[in-house]
Amino acid sequence: MKLILEMFPIALMFASPLVIAALGGLFSERAGVVNIALEGIMMVGAFAAASVTVVLEPSTAAAPWIGMGIGLLAGILFSVLHAFASINLKANQVISGTALNILAGGLTVYLAQIFFRQQRTKAFSTGLSKISVPVLSDIPLAGDMFFKGAYPTFYLMLALTVLTWFVVYKTPLGLRLRACGEHPQAAASMGVDVLRMRYFGVLVSGALAGLAGGVMVLSQDIQYTVTSIHGAGFIALASLIFGKWHPAGVLGAGVFFGFSQALSLYAKDITFLASLPTEFFYLLPYALTIVALIVFSGRSVGPRAAGEIYDAGKR
Amino acid sequence: MALIIEMLKIVKGFPGIKANDDVTLEVEEGSIHALLGENGAGKSTLMSILFGLYQPDSGLIRIRGKDVRITDPNEANKLGIGMVHQHFKLVHNFTVTENIVLGLEPVKGVVLDMKVAEERVRALTAKYGLEVDPRSKIEDIGVGMQQRVEILKMLYRDAEILIFDEPTAVLTPQEIHELIGIMKRLVAEGKTIILITHKLKEIKAVADVCTVLRRGRLIGSVKVADTSEARMAEMMVGRQVNFSVEKEPAVPGEVLLEIDGLKVRNAKGLLGIKDLSLRLRRGEILGLCGIDGNGQTDLVYALTGLAKIEAGQVLFKGRDITRASIKHRVDMGLGHIPEDRHKHGLVLDFRMDENLVVHSYGTAPFSRWGVLDYNAIRRNAEKLIEEFDVRSGEGPATPTRSLSGGNQQKAIVAREIDRSPEVFVIAQPTRGLDVGAIEYIHKRIVEERDKGKAILLVSLELDEILDLSDRIAVIYEGEIVGEVIASETNENELGLMMAGSTRKAVRA
Amino acid sequence: MTKNQAKFAVPLVAVLLGFITGAIIIALTGKSPLAMVLAMFRTLTGFDLTGRTDFNPRYIGEFILQSMPIILTGLSVAFAFRTGLFNIGAEGQLMVGSLAAAMTALMVSAPPFILVVLSLLAAMAAGALWGAVPGFLKARFNVHEVVVTIMLNYTALHFCNWAFMTYGTLDSVRTADFPAGVTLKSVFLAGITNGSRLNWGMIPVALSLLVFWFIIEKTTFGYGLRAVGFNKDAARYAGMKVERNIVLSMVIAGAFAGLGGAVIALGTFNYGRILPAFEFYGMDGIAVALVGGNAAIGVLVSGLLFGMLKAAQPLMQSQGIPREIAGIIQSSIVLFVAMRLGIESLLSLAKRKQEAGK
Repeated sequence: MKLILEMFPIALMFASPLVIAALGGLFSERAGVVNIALEGIMMVGAFAAASVTVVLEPSTAAAPWIGMGIGLLAGILFSVLHAFASINLKANQVISGTALNILAGGLTVYLAQIFFRQQRTKAFSTGLSKISVPVLSDIPLAGDMFFKGAYPTFYLMLALTVLTWFVVYKTPLGLRLRACGEHPQAAASMGVDVLRMRYFGVLVSGALAGLAGGVMVLSQDIQYTVTSIHGAGFIALASLIFGKWHPAGVLGAGVFFGFSQALSLYAKDITFLASLPTEFFYLLPYALTIVALIVFSGRSVGPRAAGEIYDAGKR
Repeated sequence: MALIIEMLKIVKGFPGIKANDDVTLEVEEGSIHALLGENGAGKSTLMSILFGLYQPDSGLIRIRGKDVRITDPNEANKLGIGMVHQHFKLVHNFTVTENIVLGLEPVKGVVLDMKVAEERVRALTAKYGLEVDPRSKIEDIGVGMQQRVEILKMLYRDAEILIFDEPTAVLTPQEIHELIGIMKRLVAEGKTIILITHKLKEIKAVADVCTVLRRGRLIGSVKVADTSEARMAEMMVGRQVNFSVEKEPAVPGEVLLEIDGLKVRNAKGLLGIKDLSLRLRRGEILGLCGIDGNGQTDLVYALTGLAKIEAGQVLFKGRDITRASIKHRVDMGLGHIPEDRHKHGLVLDFRMDENLVVHSYGTAPFSRWGVLDYNAIRRNAEKLIEEFDVRSGEGPATPTRSLSGGNQQKAIVAREIDRSPEVFVIAQPTRGLDVGAIEYIHKRIVEERDKGKAILLVSLELDEILDLSDRIAVIYEGEIVGEVIASETNENELGLMMAGSTRKAVRA
Repeated sequence: MTKNQAKFAVPLVAVLLGFITGAIIIALTGKSPLAMVLAMFRTLTGFDLTGRTDFNPRYIGEFILQSMPIILTGLSVAFAFRTGLFNIGAEGQLMVGSLAAAMTALMVSAPPFILVVLSLLAAMAAGALWGAVPGFLKARFNVHEVVVTIMLNYTALHFCNWAFMTYGTLDSVRTADFPAGVTLKSVFLAGITNGSRLNWGMIPVALSLLVFWFIIEKTTFGYGLRAVGFNKDAARYAGMKVERNIVLSMVIAGAFAGLGGAVIALGTFNYGRILPAFEFYGMDGIAVALVGGNAAIGVLVSGLLFGMLKAAQPLMQSQGIPREIAGIIQSSIVLFVAMRLGIESLLSLAKRKQEAGK
């Protein structure tokens, strides 16, 4: 029992980048653009955040936060490529996303070689620090789980989840966004600028995925390498499907996957799991994702027009 | 009366075709103005220009005497123009209210104010007598109500000019009657209506003026009261039109297909067919009519194997095919001209000749030991192209996508008729085709009947059913509610059965 | 522009644009684009245009070597694409193929030549199995193959590492060498290419290209696969067994990729390896398939192109250009190919403007 309580902050640490990136994917897919490049955008964001942090660390304690901000911006820039290719030039969205993932790997390490003369960024010394919220951390049970020794990015994740829900379901912007993803011709006939909405969706996904990359590298690593993200962007995509494209579902799914990653760290303390080989635990999050997809795919229906190339001439 | 709309010398081209070639349209305020033409005549394009979805290549538009540029639907809305589309532009999982206010949402600060939205919608429904439930989701309501939502969308934006694009394709005769009443009431409230259609009867019933387009060109405008249907048809097609096919009376033989107590679930999991029994005889055309969505599609899918049969039985020449695979049914002699030529009928990315052997590619002469013989495949295509006069740019090697809709349909019909199936399930064979193609296909269907085949003709066009069938069965909510002899019935009787109002004793 | 012309023009334009993009990035970061061009030319032909060193056929051997596995993964991805499936799992299928080949070579006793053939077959079977999983899930549960195959890639990575570790490794990096003679290495080929690692893996690759072409273009099975890939509903209407074709297609695609793993294990290394991370043969395969238009000839040509790019990396790194430029160029080319609809409409728009101006 104590073990589970101990696991919470760690699981939530793993979950935060997943949820944030998945929320980004939500905006994009709700607008009708499938964004497989979440992984690549996270890599770009992580690289930017790590580099900026290394450079600024000696001068200011806010370096990680500035780093994440730059990561967010880098994510937006990188996602412009996906937006331009799939919206303006009508590229197949899955191919465009895959190409960007490859590009991200090449580009980030290339730049690392230029700036740091090695195939990774220099290590930063602290990254993000854990905090304990005063007063709230003394609440029995909940205090240990959520407010003691947690990363501040956990709260950021919660805030973004609520914000996403509000924007997508309670504002005119959200209504029009969803219309573009379900029936873009209907939205266009009501005067909604579908192209602009889709750009918005993709750029928001770029911002959030870039931010998520920064969060991930600053809380889980000491530097950016080409394996820093190791599939988190794809697990985020799975969380989106698992969570039925709804912010609350995405949050739940992300936390679930966060726990599956945390398990590998605590396995040696759980007797019946201790004898399993380490590779099994590396494997676990990915295998669980497959199982989740099987269980949830059949009944899960995403935005109807997601992935379809929008052709204004089609009637 | 003043001219509210003037579209002068409009030209609009797309790659390969000139959709509007120097067309002029003048509409008087407060009138119901019909725009008549066959498929591809350019009526929808012209109205899309008026609604701001396209820009004309050249020409002038005047609204209420003032020159205007309608750059997008928002501009059109500001000018008071609204459009009820043929294929509804409704978001399936939004509510009625959400669909109506999309783009012009009432807000409280930054938040959507759905309460105010609902109130406004209720006010509109009361004023114009258009019954809808503001809270229901589009995917849960029927087609007639969905159309009313489309109309409300325009009224919410204070449209003065309402364009209706082929509004009656999906309605029962009774609903059409209601719609005509709605249109007359709208005009009484001061609106102007443009009605795009190719249905001559409806033009006679409701329109004041009719402008006829053919192949992108303006043929003329006539006063409806002074013009006969025959004359309007002639203007539309360019020659005298034969409205009915010539045929001898049928000589029905033994029963080839027996359907008993059929129960079929549709894609949504509901029972599309509840308890259906039918008999198909050799040498007879049985027409199945009904409003779209009452189970015809499910029946066709069940018979041909595209859908699973939950209960009941289908006997083909005495053999039970209820669980048989599609391939098995095809091999046994069941033919199917599918309703959706792009979804089922053709692989658009194949060449013509590849599509023409889609059932038979696995057997000689088209393949041997698993290896295809492209010479034989090409020769087969040449034969069919010639026989059925399928217009294709490069003959057998033509990419199927580049054929016109009519020729694509002819290709499918050619392929299926050439196989001469014993039992022929034909769904919507002439949907979207021009009169010339329709005449030809009707002729070939009657020829097959005379060869002794059993034909089940499923169509949404009552005229086609009445014209071709020997017997007619009416389907309503998944059951056969009436079976009559074609020559002894009429549109009104059928319409009542289609709407579920009456049942006629089913004669097996 | 006719449809046929467009088929070749677009990849060519895309390739050109990709290289230009690479050159721009190199220039922007203060390195020499000329060095890139020289390095690529040298890798392709063995000639040094600066004249500083002599003709060296080792470069040609190495570039063909690098092309071989990605031609196979390219065939894998292309084959699946023809059936309308996105096989991002070629990476994992290749890894399990490598594992199976290595295990067969190390654990089965048989005359060397037979053992080589058995290893190749085992690799194909393992890859086929790894491909069958997403195929089955797609056909039966309509699970989208993209995320599943990516997850299976990671699964394969860790599983193969665990398997090799359990079998027994020298210093946790590699297994013992395969028995003598159980190899695709060739003294003859190494000889004529001045010591490159070129090996008889060329033969399985060439055979695979032929088999691919034959199945897709000439057989009834291929016809059925193409129909399913273009229009599942029409295929079903025509009586084809759509689900079965989807699974079979992924099985064959997996086999191609698995064979690639065997070619690497038996040809380049001759022992099993623990991999710290992906080697991206699968991603390369996607690029090869897309740029090659999912056809046998195209896969061959673009496989050689990207193989050349990979083989040129060490040369470029020695000139100060970070080796990752190859990945940047490659992904740019894929991106430009993906934009082909846009490029095509831009080209025809330009053509129409030209005609209107006359």
